[in-house]
Amino acid sequence: MKHRTFFWFFLPTGLAMLLFIAAPIVSVVMQSVFAPHEAVFETVENCGPFGCKEETVINQDATRALREAEPLGRFVGLDIYFDRGHLAIAEVGEAWRGSDSMGAFFDRLGNLPFYRAIGFTLTYTFVTVPLLILLGLMIALAVNSLHRHLKGLVIFFSLLPMIVTPIIGALILFWMIDSRGIIGNLIIYLSGDPTLSLKASTSLMWISIIIYGIWHSAPFAFVVFYAGLQTLPKDQIEAAQIDGASRFQQLRFVVVPHLMPLVTFVTLIKLMDNFRVFEEIVGFNAQAHATSLSWIIFNDLSGETQQLSSAATTSVLTILGVAILLSPVLVRTWRDFRGRAH
Amino acid sequence: MASKAQTMPAGLRLLTSAFIVIWLIMAAFPFLWTLWGSFKVELDFFSIADWTNALTGANTKDTYGVPFTGAGYEGAWVENHFWRNVINTFIICFFVVCTSLTIGTLGGYALSRSGFKYVFWLLIIALIFRAMPPITLVAGYMLPFFEWNVWGILPTAIIVLVAINQPFTLWMLHSFFQNIPKELDESAKVDGCTQFQAFRHVIIPVMWPGVITTGLFSFLLAYNDFAVTAMLLSESNRTMVPQIAAFLGTTYTEGNVMFAVAAVVSATAPLFVLVMFFQRQIVSGLTAGAVKG
Repeated sequence: MKHRTFFWFFLPTGLAMLLFIAAPIVSVVMQSVFAPHEAVFETVENCGPFGCKEETVINQDATRALREAEPLGRFVGLDIYFDRGHLAIAEVGEAWRGSDSMGAFFDRLGNLPFYRAIGFTLTYTFVTVPLLILLGLMIALAVNSLHRHLKGLVIFFSLLPMIVTPIIGALILFWMIDSRGIIGNLIIYLSGDPTLSLKASTSLMWISIIIYGIWHSAPFAFVVFYAGLQTLPKDQIEAAQIDGASRFQQLRFVVVPHLMPLVTFVTLIKLMDNFRVFEEIVGFNAQAHATSLSWIIFNDLSGETQQLSSAATTSVLTILGVAILLSPVLVRTWRDFRGRAH
Repeated sequence: MASKAQTMPAGLRLLTSAFIVIWLIMAAFPFLWTLWGSFKVELDFFSIADWTNALTGANTKDTYGVPFTGAGYEGAWVENHFWRNVINTFIICFFVVCTSLTIGTLGGYALSRSGFKYVFWLLIIALIFRAMPPITLVAGYMLPFFEWNVWGILPTAIIVLVAINQPFTLWMLHSFFQNIPKELDESAKVDGCTQFQAFRHVIIPVMWPGVITTGLFSFLLAYNDFAVTAMLLSESNRTMVPQIAAFLGTTYTEGNVMFAVAAVVSATAPLFVLVMFFQRQIVSGLTAGAVKG
């Protein structure tokens, strides 16, 4: 295809991405290094019948003029990145010097909003991903051994947790684990503690969200692995059987290696997806116990006063985090592309 | 044909069946439970005294004389005008899917037919865009949209969702078009067609399976979106998902959780229908990316 033809074919989609993805990124980076102007104060002498006194008032005209002259705000460089709401360099340094053990250090780190969010996001991501892969693999193996007529039905029901809107799925589960809901009731009955409430305990809330995450994402792993099982080479399985491999050995040495590229694929996709954990927190109403970077951005933006600079700074930090997680995928794609070119 | 060596021992068969049943209950039970409970009063859905109330609807019977009530649905759809949000959602989904497929097909086709190096870089950029949480972009939209006075209206949300959708659409359609033999449009070009004519008369008739699959995922993205629609739409233009989130803020205080429950069931129903009719396409779409690597 000629460059010219390519250009015209690609123009609409390229323009959409340029204007509504690339440009906002630039805008976000800009906003993160500028802070809104402070109001211009001036001292005026106010003379009344009881003498004169000095007052400090906001000079509306000057403030507006300043805001119009520099609509971006005042340049603050990386100040917002280092303030208490974000990387909190000063506080981290103080915590490092002030605590005598690692445990105490992490405790104090957990009080800073950014590190609290990072802590939950990383825990969530790295606990959910291996477990959902394991569950997905087990479902795939079990479904694969089913009778052909049953498979369609099982796949239908298995797709539901994945397809449902995340916030709605979270709400459905949240209502069930409510202390008056069915699972909440069951847990209270099992533990014998009538005051037990999942909502009140941070660790139980984390576990609930993680279980939700596994429930929501396992079907994706299942579908991918199930497709992989369909291409399993029969002769290798038979050869293994003739060699006297047990069922488990066949699984361990033939099936799993065959699925390994798919495991990598699911891991990478789900690492990226789970890093954005956000709707779950809104659905579970869990912000008191668990926050994530995306949730901080949402919270900054949806308040009465929109804290654009703060939200933009967290956005940039999130994008950097995604970039780090993404780098293995990029390297892999690069290798694939090189391989195809040769 | 399963050989004798491949048939499972009875114990393992039993274990597998039990596991499947447990998984099915895990996957489907929450939905059935909420559907059943949405026809009850709050005291039954959240029963302190006796959990079987949620099944039998004892309190619902006391209030309405029958164990089922549509009060939650009435409260959501009539009193709180949930139908408006439903209409907004479907307007958004329709236009997002149409626009995103139109420009995505052109772009994906071009990417699959051009062998130059920039194709790779465009795909890599699209991959990076795909990985970014949409909410990180929202801070960048706010100021310009307020400035141009386009914040809060449906077309703005549609364009933003289309753009956010593009990276995924491009990847999907790119790999799909690569599976359509190049010889098809090459021969049309030899016969004197321009590239666009070749696309129109040769590729468009055979591209529908891939386009439908991609369209399904575009629909799901628009339908399930919360971050963008919650931030970029004014209250009167809200779609279903942010409206449900907004219900929660107010209903917990008013004691009308059942409105939210009814709204949740209403919003899940279209997805059920979708999976029922397009199960095969969804499965093939999910695996397409994986098999290609």
